[in-house]
Amino acid sequence: MKNLISKKVQDMQPSGIRAFFDLVLGMKDVISLGVGEPDFVTPWNIREAGIYSLEEGFTSYTSNKGLYKLRLGISRYLKNRFGLEYCPDEEILITVGVSEGVDLVLRSIINPGDKILIPSPGYVSYGPVSELAGGKAIYIDTKEQGFKLTPGVLKEYMAHKPKALVLNYPSNPTGVSYTRKELSEINKILLKHKVLCITDEVYGDLTYDFDHTAFATLPRAKDNTVYLDGFSKGYAMTGWRVGFACGPKEIIAAMTKIHQYTIMCVSITSQMAAAEAIAGGRKSVEEMKREYKRRRELMFEGLNGMGLTCHKPQGAFYMFPSIKNTGLGCMEFAQGLLREEKVAVVPGTAFGGAYGGYLRMSYASSYENLKEALIRMRNFLERKG
Amino acid sequence: MDEILEILEKDGRVPAEDIAKMVNKRPEAVKQAIKKYEKEGVILKFKAVINKELIKDSTSTVRALIEVNITPQKDVGFDKIAERIYSFPEVTSCYLISGTYDLLLIVEGKDLHTVAQFVAEKLAPLENIRGTATHFLLKKYKEDGIILKHREENKRIAISY
Repeated sequence: MKNLISKKVQDMQPSGIRAFFDLVLGMKDVISLGVGEPDFVTPWNIREAGIYSLEEGFTSYTSNKGLYKLRLGISRYLKNRFGLEYCPDEEILITVGVSEGVDLVLRSIINPGDKILIPSPGYVSYGPVSELAGGKAIYIDTKEQGFKLTPGVLKEYMAHKPKALVLNYPSNPTGVSYTRKELSEINKILLKHKVLCITDEVYGDLTYDFDHTAFATLPRAKDNTVYLDGFSKGYAMTGWRVGFACGPKEIIAAMTKIHQYTIMCVSITSQMAAAEAIAGGRKSVEEMKREYKRRRELMFEGLNGMGLTCHKPQGAFYMFPSIKNTGLGCMEFAQGLLREEKVAVVPGTAFGGAYGGYLRMSYASSYENLKEALIRMRNFLERKG
Repeated sequence: MDEILEILEKDGRVPAEDIAKMVNKRPEAVKQAIKKYEKEGVILKFKAVINKELIKDSTSTVRALIEVNITPQKDVGFDKIAERIYSFPEVTSCYLISGTYDLLLIVEGKDLHTVAQFVAEKLAPLENIRGTATHFLLKKYKEDGIILKHREENKRIAISY
């Protein structure tokens, strides 16, 4: 049977946490800091819009690009929020979450052997999807720079003559984000070397210490950027699977070609709900952000206090502490913590082989749960050490 | 509304230190702001929201919404008569409203009889009251923005990217 599987897929590394995930499923009363989604359900007005659309009989396909009213809503929202103008007819495509957007843009631009730069540790899909499309993923280790892609390091990688950079900020798994000034430096290098910027800004709403800068708003960046975003994190709509891609019309047209043959269109129910989300206010986003800020401080102080050193994340809802001081490997730590204290975290290796000395902990969990999880972690460490 | 008030209105127990982190202010500044709000009467009280239906040994109470029609008085309008009404401890809430009647009261008593007696003997005979309509409350679903139901189990899967 193995002969049937393509060489490319055989060579693909399976997701690093699969075995660990199965272990968690069988257990009860686990406090999970392993989740990559908000800890509340989709706001009612959005769910209600989905239900209503079904009652009204909206059960058909939509245009390949997505419902016009949703594209228009996104276009208006980006104009209001960032002063960013994308034409709903030609420059916006509705995708199945940001994940599909990543796949589409990479498949649209990659010729065999093209190199794609990916800051590391990073979200799990960028590398495998680049390789599936026939490209070569080049990982930029950012460990020594506080998990930030610095202009100095980026310049060195220009020697590889890459085709594009995939920049995710705020970052999953580190929570690192960039100020406008920092992004500006990155932009200058990319423009100079004619390297396309693909940004995954799905955590943009959750930026705590400064305002989120959309990359495409930087000088001369818009024509050199494919901006990917979605509804999952900001509106707690992970399971609806709605994202969007904005960019130069030639690239969006290319992405739409692939999208029309592989996906056809995003579920109409999800699109109707997303249209309600974007039409509603950002009040709940602001409230949520405040609560995350409080949890961030709790986790930051708690983890550093027990010797699991970490940087203070500027966005998203993840901590990425080092476990070097414990002498344990990340798998050993995560499995032990799960078995003995029933706290689930994600081993760092899930985000790249070089991160065995780290764990990802999500603080998208109630304040009480987080406090309890910190106590259990402290107990665990005291026994180990 | 000030962010500090928004936070406290949802959860009165968030410590000033935590609020400071949430709104990017110094803890001292938050403490001072809260003190000022208390002094000005903007913050009147901190209290717990209790779901009495879950208390097994509590002496049960009944509540009624009562619509009251009133003839306003010269110079003071509804205020004077409203004060006479809301001063009764049985009246837990009292609102002046637009529409077909004037005051809406929420009255609490230990049983139907007690509430009925209050209406018949204390409320209805008051001067200027032209009529009342009493609606007994059968079930509470939501009160002051809080849904009175056990929080549902989290449906998220435990590990995801």
